[in-house]
Amino acid sequence: MPGHAPIIVVVIPLISSFLCPLIGKLNRQWAYFWAVFSLSLSALAAMRTLWTVITAGTIHYRLGGWLPPFGIEYVVDHLNGMMLVLVTMIALMVAIYSRRSVEKEIADRTVYFYTVFLLQATGFLGIVITGDLFNLYVFLEIASLAGYALIAVGEDGAPVATFRYIVMGTIGACFYLLGVGYIYIVTGSLNMADVHKLLPSLYHSRVVLTAVAFLLSGLAVKMALFPVHVWLPDAYTRAPSSASALIAPLMTKISLYVMVRVLFSVFVPRLSFELLPIGRIMVWAGVVAILAGAVMALAQKDFKRMLCYIVVAEVGYVVGGVGLANQTAIKGAILHILNDAVMTVGLFSVAGIVVYKTGRHRLVDFKGLFAKMPFTMSAFVVGALSIIGVPPTCGFFSKWYLLQGAIIAGQWAFVVALLVSSLVSVIIFFRVIEIGFGFHGLQDEETEHEANAPMSMDEAPLSMLVPTLTIATAILLIGLYNQRIISGLIAFAVPRL
Amino acid sequence: MFDYIISYYNYWMYAGLMMIGFYGMMAKRNLIKKIIGMNVFQSSIIFFYISSSVKRGGVTVPIIKHVAGAHGSHGVDVMQYANPLPHVLMLTAIVVMVATLGVALAVAILIYRRYHTLEEDEIILCMRKG
Repeated sequence: MPGHAPIIVVVIPLISSFLCPLIGKLNRQWAYFWAVFSLSLSALAAMRTLWTVITAGTIHYRLGGWLPPFGIEYVVDHLNGMMLVLVTMIALMVAIYSRRSVEKEIADRTVYFYTVFLLQATGFLGIVITGDLFNLYVFLEIASLAGYALIAVGEDGAPVATFRYIVMGTIGACFYLLGVGYIYIVTGSLNMADVHKLLPSLYHSRVVLTAVAFLLSGLAVKMALFPVHVWLPDAYTRAPSSASALIAPLMTKISLYVMVRVLFSVFVPRLSFELLPIGRIMVWAGVVAILAGAVMALAQKDFKRMLCYIVVAEVGYVVGGVGLANQTAIKGAILHILNDAVMTVGLFSVAGIVVYKTGRHRLVDFKGLFAKMPFTMSAFVVGALSIIGVPPTCGFFSKWYLLQGAIIAGQWAFVVALLVSSLVSVIIFFRVIEIGFGFHGLQDEETEHEANAPMSMDEAPLSMLVPTLTIATAILLIGLYNQRIISGLIAFAVPRL
Repeated sequence: MFDYIISYYNYWMYAGLMMIGFYGMMAKRNLIKKIIGMNVFQSSIIFFYISSSVKRGGVTVPIIKHVAGAHGSHGVDVMQYANPLPHVLMLTAIVVMVATLGVALAVAILIYRRYHTLEEDEIILCMRKG
């Protein structure tokens, strides 16, 4: 038993979430420091867990000492060890970042914001760490409910967007629960490893196929795969900046992680890719999602909304990459889960800074920002280059693996979709950069008026700037060390096909 | 065919109930009706889980009787007991669903305060006007 680090990762944010209102009662300012403190502890525990996994192999943590499959078991292998560190680090960065932005946007509700923020982190971590199908559902709903609450306090129109998200999200979660129910009926077990062992003899059963269909379609809603993505853009555009910086990168990525888990650790890849045409469906769903996301991103006039559609396209990359069903593509897809979370949080935190400074997040609000906020905008450029896929940013390497995988699999449609979306991202981001440098002759009365004011440095506060620049550095570092991440972590997560 | 339907009637009912809830969520314009549809939808899943654990013919609740003096016969004859696990799972799921219902109603209140209506098309009209 390698200590209690795995459970501590989840329990610290959970308990501190409940204590947060009490601490906020003593002093409202302390809620922020409390959130940062508990998330740093959680991040340390996550790193310790990952280190144990790297040196000593997969950790099985039995809650209350109950043996699986009867008790709930936390299983940490290389894949979710990496995800744990990713989630805690992003949550920590966003928590540090959130102070000024929350004070400005939802000044009267800071204490409750951090309470729900910590609960949200708990939900994400629980989904990632658990080895039990039903436990995963509970954490999925904790994460979703916290997400609804965080989004609903956003700008005008946020409650309506949240309501739509609740309706869609509940359908997704219920489908997942139904899928778990079908698996339970045929196997009598909810432990992932146990189900993995029991299922292969039952693959002829139609109940198992129904379970696959329900699980995957439920997760598709949660990850905002193209036709069922409609809840995402409104919800994430109108959420408070710090909330969208936390939820937009993580919720979709964690659902993608669950999809990878379900396909490889609950079912065996043979069922997923040989007995059923899931692979082909996923590749085409990915192609459609990438193209639709890219085209709709191009049509947006609002920066945050544009990022939301880019997230929709990125979900297509991973779904398609897993569907290609060869080692290279799956490596690329898992690396892309990591990369995209980091890139998206970087861009959304830039959006948050723009909202903090200008009060809005339309594209025209970027006018002249390169002169005013050179550091923020350099972080933006790093994130943008990474989405486009320029080396040495991390986005290039995962796209490269995905391209190679698509060529090996002979899926030319996916190759085309990848290249087209990269080109579209070039247009999207250079349009923003153009506005930012003020080359663009935008005829907008308000900005025209502001443009006459003298330009001077007006950089974001340090508490927002430092996390944003750290994330930008992380984008570069993940790109430079991608080989080590792949051979040290991701290679273990790819199943033998 | 008829026998087939009758022998699985619990699953037919769950599917029917689920579709009623689904229709309510998708087709109704009123937000409260949507929430009610959502609740019916979720209840159908509880129904599905619970009905999957039912056994006929004199089965009871799973209380294991220890006979004094009998050694080593702790093995439980599962055919004697209704499966308790789905019930327990559904207790948790009911808690989750109540929480979802609470959040949905709270958001509906927020929407009502802002637009003074709960009809979706009127809200959309209000939003267009700005």
